[in-house]
Amino acid sequence: MAFSGLDIYKLLPKTNCRECGLATCLAFAMQLAKKTVGLEKCPFVSEESKNILEAQALPPIKQITIGVDDNHFDLGNETVLFRHEEKFRNQPGIGFVIEDSLTDAQITQRLNKINDFKFERVGQELKVNLVALKFSQNEKRYLEVVKLVLKQTLLPLVLICQEAQVLRQALVLAQTRAPVIFGANPENLNLIGALAKEFNAPLVVSAADIVALTKLTEELKTLGVKDLILDTGDKPVAEKIWDLTQLRRQALKKSNRALGYPSLVVVKQSDPYQEAIEATAYIAKYAGIILIQGLDSWEILSILTLRQDIYSDPQKPLQIEPKIYPVGLVTDKSPVLITTNFSLTYYTVLAEVEASKVPAYILSIDTQGMSVLTAWAADKFSAEYITKAVADAKVKELVKHNNLIIPGYVAMLSGDLEESSGCNIIVGPKEAAGIPSFLKNLS
Amino acid sequence: MDPQLVVDKWPGTIFTVAIGAKSNEGGSRNEEIKIGGQNCLPLMFKEGVIAHPPQIAFEILDIPGVDLSEELVKVYGAALKDPLSWAQKCVQEFGAKLISVKMQGSHPDFGNRSPLESAKFIELLLKKVNAPLIITGSGDDANDSLVIPACSEAAKGERCLIGSAVQDSYKTLVASVLADGHSLIAESPIDINIAKQLNILISDMGLGLERIVINPTIGALGYGLEYAYSIMERARIAALAGDKTLACPFICFVGQEAWKTKEAKVNPEQGIIWETITATSLIQAGADLLVMQHPRAVSKVSQFMEQLFKK
Ligand code: SF4
Repeated sequence: MAFSGLDIYKLLPKTNCRECGLATCLAFAMQLAKKTVGLEKCPFVSEESKNILEAQALPPIKQITIGVDDNHFDLGNETVLFRHEEKFRNQPGIGFVIEDSLTDAQITQRLNKINDFKFERVGQELKVNLVALKFSQNEKRYLEVVKLVLKQTLLPLVLICQEAQVLRQALVLAQTRAPVIFGANPENLNLIGALAKEFNAPLVVSAADIVALTKLTEELKTLGVKDLILDTGDKPVAEKIWDLTQLRRQALKKSNRALGYPSLVVVKQSDPYQEAIEATAYIAKYAGIILIQGLDSWEILSILTLRQDIYSDPQKPLQIEPKIYPVGLVTDKSPVLITTNFSLTYYTVLAEVEASKVPAYILSIDTQGMSVLTAWAADKFSAEYITKAVADAKVKELVKHNNLIIPGYVAMLSGDLEESSGCNIIVGPKEAAGIPSFLKNLS
Repeated sequence: MDPQLVVDKWPGTIFTVAIGAKSNEGGSRNEEIKIGGQNCLPLMFKEGVIAHPPQIAFEILDIPGVDLSEELVKVYGAALKDPLSWAQKCVQEFGAKLISVKMQGSHPDFGNRSPLESAKFIELLLKKVNAPLIITGSGDDANDSLVIPACSEAAKGERCLIGSAVQDSYKTLVASVLADGHSLIAESPIDINIAKQLNILISDMGLGLERIVINPTIGALGYGLEYAYSIMERARIAALAGDKTLACPFICFVGQEAWKTKEAKVNPEQGIIWETITATSLIQAGADLLVMQHPRAVSKVSQFMEQLFKK
């Protein structure tokens, strides 16, 4: 809830002294609300008002950066409860819990798998984000594992350790990687808080409910710890979703700064399916960091894909550059397939053309990211549009034949397109899955 | 001051739709399954009453399985050759509480089965299994407009859920459903305004909103799932805020979409989890009835729901 010009006006001196360069305090307030001037232009605003206005200008959920270099990522700065209201901004980090009770060989094997979890979907790279090291009881072993992990992965780390003594040494070892501390609780608050401050590390704070959490974050703030991440502990999934929803609502609807931080959840399910179900449920409902154990690539792909879906911008469908794409060793005899520039459509068509092993051109039309039927209905996939794109891409110079293949769903375009482009129009399959057999039968 | 919980109370309630008529109501089904009836957002147990957990139907075809992924062919085995055994296997072996049959055989590409023969199949199916039925068309508009009314009549009094009514063609179907005592699936292409408009047109013909289930048209995980997800969230919020014309439960055809994807063909686990996550994500958006295909995906989703609805 941003302040209106009037809200701001109430906090100004109301003397209309013009020092700020504007005729009245009200005019200044209006400009301030639009963020076209800065508060520093008014030399007479009281300290108290200044504090209120500065706090107001901060995002309701603090943005926190995790990790360093290429593998860093941001959390928080979310502004809505439902993605259709605008969009969800910072994708949750997916991390893997590794226990220090495992052998070096087991840990190495896990890290190798984790490092390999990179997928590509619709032109985006999907990655996992974190490795979380869990302290069990032996200090020496934990520190060994920290060293091992630092050597074998570049992913950001979470140190799951509530013993200040051990944690301090682990932080010394890992400090160049800016690890997350997990974490503080009512018992160890001061000691762990001091470490977080000293090492400037993001700190996970755990308490069972929002009342207790609020107390802890307020204390940590006075201790000078800035980057906090909220955790409400182990609970059944329905209660966890309730907690995550409350945290988001507290920050956005109540402007409760003490809870205006990203959150963390740990999924404890041994069945990979249940683990993925729970992890994806938390992705949809606001979690900032999700720690899991599973290492099956099919499980991880499903989690990362759901994250990609939910965090895509509802106002801006993923698009590719509209142009002609050669697939395989094309010649002047290769077929030309026409589709939209909506990423999902293009990449689905591309995958099937590749699978067919028939070299072909794909001409992607600028439909502003709309799919075939939507674009056709909106007149963005019309005969004129396509004709122009065919000319712009100089298709007639690339191939010697005069055939264009259009998606089965827009068979109705054939006549008009034949007339406007002067090409022979061949109606292709409706679903991309039909492309391989279609292309094979074509030749 | 301690922070107070933000508890949303909504004025609206989603209509409860019943599927299946038992003998005391003139049908022959073993159960009456209810969906809908909640007055809060999905999984917000502390804010209202979620009268009925989401339900799952197993989807079969009225002809031997065609165009099915290898994994589904493997799991149903020989039963796929005979739709009646296929249905029976779903019920007896996999514990299906609802069967959804797609009248694929009437499609010109799959044999052009006549309305009469299609109706006969429904009669046989009703004898073979006593789970409540969902009956849907093949997608060929011309044939569907004759075949589905014939099937509706063959199942008169069984209170099936029948679909799909679309904006361009709903009248015949609504008339059939009214005459034969069923409920109706109203399908809209990921569009909240069309969903609303269609519900108004249908209820104007005398079929009450408590007999309509919305098919918002979904995409699978990674294939446009988020569009349906947000349309469903928006529609549900509008319904709970008091818009009765959107206050119908949602049906989502998860299996068809999930098993069509490239990912589902990579390995069995990938396919099963693809169907599973598509289903559970849509439950979060408000799905009340999921039409699924793989028994393991069904059991994974059911397990999750048991955990959610555990008292
Ligand atoms: S400088 Fe400050 S007090 Fe003076 S007119 Fe501008 S806003 Fe008002």
